[in-house]
Amino acid sequence: MTLVADPVPERATRDTGTGGPPPRGIVSRVAGWLGSRLLRGALVVIALFWLMPVLGLLVASLRSETSNRADGWWTIFTAPAQLTLDNYRDIVSNDTILDSLWNTVLISVPATVLVVVISAAAAYALAWIDFRGRDWVMVTVVSMLVMPIQVALIPIARLYGALDMFGSIAGVVLFHVALGLPFGVFLLRNFFVGIPRDLIEAARMDGAREWLIFRRVVVPVGLPAIASLTIFQFLWVWNDLLVALVFADPESQPITVALQSQLRQFGSNIDLLATGSFLSMLVPLAVFFAFQRYFVQGVLAGSTK
Amino acid sequence: MAGIALTQLDKRYGDGTHAVEGLDLEISDGEFLVLVGPSGCGKTTALRMIAGLEEISSGKVEIGGTVVNDLPARDRDVAMVFQSYALYPHLNVYDNISFGLTLRKLDKGEIDRRVREVARVLDLHEHLERKPKNLSGGQRQRVAMGRAIVREPQAFLMDEPLSNLDAKLRMQMRAEIARIQRDLNVTTVYVTHDQTEAMTLGDRVAVMKRGVLQQVGPPQELYDRPVNLFVAGFIGSPGMNLVSATLRSTEYGQYSVEVGDQRLVLPDGLLARRPALAAYDGREIVLGIRPEDMEDAALDGAVEGAVLGSSADLVEAMGSDVMVHFPVEARPVVTDDTVELARDAGEPVGSRGVGSTVLVGRFSPRTRIFEGQQIEVRVDTARLQFFDHQTGTAIWNR
Repeated sequence: MTLVADPVPERATRDTGTGGPPPRGIVSRVAGWLGSRLLRGALVVIALFWLMPVLGLLVASLRSETSNRADGWWTIFTAPAQLTLDNYRDIVSNDTILDSLWNTVLISVPATVLVVVISAAAAYALAWIDFRGRDWVMVTVVSMLVMPIQVALIPIARLYGALDMFGSIAGVVLFHVALGLPFGVFLLRNFFVGIPRDLIEAARMDGAREWLIFRRVVVPVGLPAIASLTIFQFLWVWNDLLVALVFADPESQPITVALQSQLRQFGSNIDLLATGSFLSMLVPLAVFFAFQRYFVQGVLAGSTK
Repeated sequence: MAGIALTQLDKRYGDGTHAVEGLDLEISDGEFLVLVGPSGCGKTTALRMIAGLEEISSGKVEIGGTVVNDLPARDRDVAMVFQSYALYPHLNVYDNISFGLTLRKLDKGEIDRRVREVARVLDLHEHLERKPKNLSGGQRQRVAMGRAIVREPQAFLMDEPLSNLDAKLRMQMRAEIARIQRDLNVTTVYVTHDQTEAMTLGDRVAVMKRGVLQQVGPPQELYDRPVNLFVAGFIGSPGMNLVSATLRSTEYGQYSVEVGDQRLVLPDGLLARRPALAAYDGREIVLGIRPEDMEDAALDGAVEGAVLGSSADLVEAMGSDVMVHFPVEARPVVTDDTVELARDAGEPVGSRGVGSTVLVGRFSPRTRIFEGQQIEVRVDTARLQFFDHQTGTAIWNR
């Protein structure tokens, strides 16, 4: 990484051309300076523009229902006094929202853990254990990646009906696991295949069985990929509306379904929606920051050569 | 500790490649055996079959008198040092070394004692807490060694363990490996393509070519009595000069070889040591001259019948020696073996065309030869080597 990073500051100092002979005129130097300033300014504008909806949501969640109905969220810049925590006070006493938030946890955590554990084990086998038909299993997994989730809704709904699982949290979790596995296996297998063969064989020579090689070598070395998968899968399940809408009954509905049911055709109770949405955003953010430290570059550094 | 025996060991791959062919080798307890050969000669495959990392197509591998063909690698109780070191990147030096011991559920105190002892021997005790990425190449190599040593296995298997180090470090580690192996007295099979490593480390050296064992013996024997052109050319640095020549007997019962229009007279004792040579009278043979067996005649004195005249093509002063390249008017030897050797060295075959061959002599640094100069080269005729032109085998007795 340093090899790539080093030349940049060097070139930057050369471009400003303070020390050298006068190869560049004052005009081009000013243009260059302006150019980099303009670029930075443009980036800031784009970033702010991107954040606008989130900002609006945050502000709306901090205003009372009456002010939200009266005018737009941007008026807080002129009248900051209207900010209030009342909405949050209301929502923590709203059982529907709290229950559904808890349901989201009950769905997301097992659906993520199961996908990560099963994918990792399957990916190890597909990458490092020789067995008959291994390539065909992999081809099947990849082909399942292209299947749209909507296609599976009706057949699975009928199956759940027959199995008397319809509406339960377990049903929602199982559906997410089934649909999350192909991507998980695909992602992890491709990462595991990149682990040097010598490393696996060294563990084998050291006396490790497959399970120990998996647990003590492949999983620690594969942590960046496993962390990515965890975040992907968790965000996907946490934010899912469609699957929960189809399979969850009111007792097991997650926050997305609960908020969606609050939408009204005319006007909206934006105070509840904005606050609920913001609460439900906090958890994925926390998960992201918890796992991002595993995205370290060069986990394999120093292993071979 | 235990000996290793390979009987008719064979490895065929699905695509028909015959990587190892009928390999018979007996490595006695505590012996240091080096498997050497150009890349693709099957030496690593043979080693991996001993390790249990490669399936055996046919034949038998015995470790300590037990046939281990169907035993998985983890149960063979041998340790391997990989060319790439293959250190566990997420573990520090201590955990890398102790990994195999913790898997064997050894007592914590015993593990600690052994790891610290090994770290002390390998001079790693100051780096036990470091991760592999924070170590130098030489230190990584020593951790890889430590991981093998600490297990106190029945045998060490080493797959080109020094090839990733620079020249100076390689010499240092070579000496260290020799010392450790001598102190521990553990049976060791060492794979390398570097003939210097093979000669300096091995109690015995086994030379392989395209999956077939060519010769196995103590290093000096391989140097003095190579069984064929391949071993002759592979062992020694620079390699033995090989040139087409014709054997002639003179009326006084003496023999000489004609190299182009020049002639080297064979000393009396030589025929006695190589009685089969007499049958080649008047026939074309391959003459082998080691660079070490040549000297600048200006220093050594020209002796009738032991001198080759030429002009110096290239003079390389090495400090301790001077390498002089000079052409002689004789056909170069192009056989299966020399083609294989040239391929390994990355040289074109018969670089000077059909009619002339470039020889390399290792002369004393006192020589005053310069490039383009007419030179006379004194040849130690007692140490000449002779090979059959068709089969490439050495001519000794039949």
